[in-house]
Amino acid sequence: MSEAATPSLGPVSSSVIDAPHVRPPLLAQSAPWLIFGLFAAVPLLALATGDSFILVVATRMLIFALAALSLNLIMGYGALVSFGHAAYIGIGAYAVGILSSYGINDLLLQIAAALAASGLFALVTGYLSLRTSGVYFIMITLAFGQMAFFFMVSLSAFGGDDGISLSGRSTLFGADLLRSNLVLFYGVLGVLAAAFLLMRMLVASRFGRVLRGTRDNPTRMRAIGFSPFSFQLTAYVIAGMIAALAGVLLANQVQFVSPAYMTWARSGELIVMVVLGGMGTLLGPIIGATVFILLEDVLAHFSEHWKLGLGLILVLVVLGSRDGMSGLARRLRGGSDV
Amino acid sequence: MSDVLLKVEGLRKNFGALKVTDNVDLAVEAGEIHALIGPNGAGKTTLIHQLSGNLKSDFGKIFFDGRDISPLSMQNRVHLGLARSFQITSILDGFSVLENVAMAVQARSGSSFRFFRNASREDDINAQASAALARVQLADRAHRRAGSLSHGEKRQLEIAIALATGARLLLLDEPLAGTGHEESAVLVDLMRSLRGSHTLVLIEHDMDAVFSLADHVSVLVYGRVIASGEPAAVRAHPDVRAAYLGEEEIA
Ligand SMILES: Nc1ncnc2c1ncn2[C@@H]1O[C@H](COP(=O)(O)OP(=O)(O)OP(=O)(O)O)[C@@H](O)[C@H]1O
Ligand SMILES: [Mg+2]
Repeated sequence: MSEAATPSLGPVSSSVIDAPHVRPPLLAQSAPWLIFGLFAAVPLLALATGDSFILVVATRMLIFALAALSLNLIMGYGALVSFGHAAYIGIGAYAVGILSSYGINDLLLQIAAALAASGLFALVTGYLSLRTSGVYFIMITLAFGQMAFFFMVSLSAFGGDDGISLSGRSTLFGADLLRSNLVLFYGVLGVLAAAFLLMRMLVASRFGRVLRGTRDNPTRMRAIGFSPFSFQLTAYVIAGMIAALAGVLLANQVQFVSPAYMTWARSGELIVMVVLGGMGTLLGPIIGATVFILLEDVLAHFSEHWKLGLGLILVLVVLGSRDGMSGLARRLRGGSDV
Repeated sequence: MSDVLLKVEGLRKNFGALKVTDNVDLAVEAGEIHALIGPNGAGKTTLIHQLSGNLKSDFGKIFFDGRDISPLSMQNRVHLGLARSFQITSILDGFSVLENVAMAVQARSGSSFRFFRNASREDDINAQASAALARVQLADRAHRRAGSLSHGEKRQLEIAIALATGARLLLLDEPLAGTGHEESAVLVDLMRSLRGSHTLVLIEHDMDAVFSLADHVSVLVYGRVIASGEPAAVRAHPDVRAAYLGEEEIA
């Protein structure tokens, strides 16, 4: 076969991918720096305007960005749409609430408990859920999420419906560091940055490649010898544990824990964040969560019906680009994936 | 060379009332090219689905290298050395051509529960994948998006992926369908070069290719094997000539 016999299809620039020596465009490379840099500068803005609420909102953005990032691992890279992901935020938050009600305020202990509990819950429910696919998977994860929600509602020893008010934030080696909103903000930013780097590594690894391949064509993956189930289950557990970490941070920020964190509406919001920002892109969930919280805050100022506005924006984004806002941005500058 | 690598006994598959695989016996010897021919809808693809483990059989047994593999999943059969290609191209469109093949190499190169190293930079895997691409003459397309290949090139990629699994037995479902002249010549040469090192079960409608390649031909009609033997004998078989109404098609 000669070169001439097979005419090349499509523009070369967009069809050449992953050539080892072709670096992504500068803008794509610098996008993470830009976003994390902007966040790092938020305290300056709060200082300049004297509006400390800005810091509170920004911290909330980062926490939900972390949760959305974790959902994106299974949803964006594994095509596993979980409608019960908020349950893991709840598990993380309750790890803080329950332990602190027993006088255990150490952050690392609380994180360890949150990771263990969420990992176990994800292992068991994932093992059962992953026997289904498509709509059934969505329904069964929804059902498990609701079970976790109702379990906490009925747990009157820990506040039941009313939740638990925390007397303070977690301590680190006995020090009450997180009491400062500024320290909490940078702490959360650091955790998100670490999770982002972890995700970037995971997705490109052997494990991530199998996950992505299974998302695109499970039959092909089985035909070359892979059993998708254990890869999907592992991703499901990792995603649940990272979401629980977000729950630990949320409980600390709000100093309050309640079953309301775990409702299916909350799970739906996480899905919206991921879709809004761009499924299966590394920065998408961070952008999506930021924009979502921003809209929640800004639009809510103008009208109680802010969700109508959000719905409209979501429709525009989804119609405009299947890759969400990061896809739109990419298209606008004609670059490649971030 | 009379080692039977693949042996099929009394295999059956019904779709409702339709007997798609009807008591099929088959013996494929190690190192041979065994062509499986038959009119459209005869049940060839279904049989490949059953042999590869993509579809459960209702009855019957499949032995690979003397071992009963009937209860095994498709992925476990691949690990034993039995791989397939698809009649309807099944590749990972969004991945590069090289990664499509590298994925198959990865599947047999130690654990894939590795979370740290960038998989697309594993030189050893990429080298093996490149070698498979070179055999189907797709080396110059390695870094293209697989979805952007021409139809014929995608057929070549299918074969490269099957090769890269390292399987001894390849079940090829119409590898030449939709390929251009030169592409099909590449694939025919490739299959010829695989004789001896690999065992091929080849479904093909291109009779020139079948009779220039096959050591053994089995004819499937309405789910039954109506003839099986040396190409010349099968070609002359009256039932086969009757099944192929346009006799010149097979002549
Ligand atoms: N999943 C299915 N459910 C019901 N009927 C099916 C199914 N798959 C195949 N069939 C039927 O089984 C018969 C055999 O199909 P199969 O695809 O195995 O034929 P084939 O010999 O590969 O044909 P071709 O040469 O056209 O590829 C056909 O009548 C087809 O309609
Ligand atoms: Mg067929």
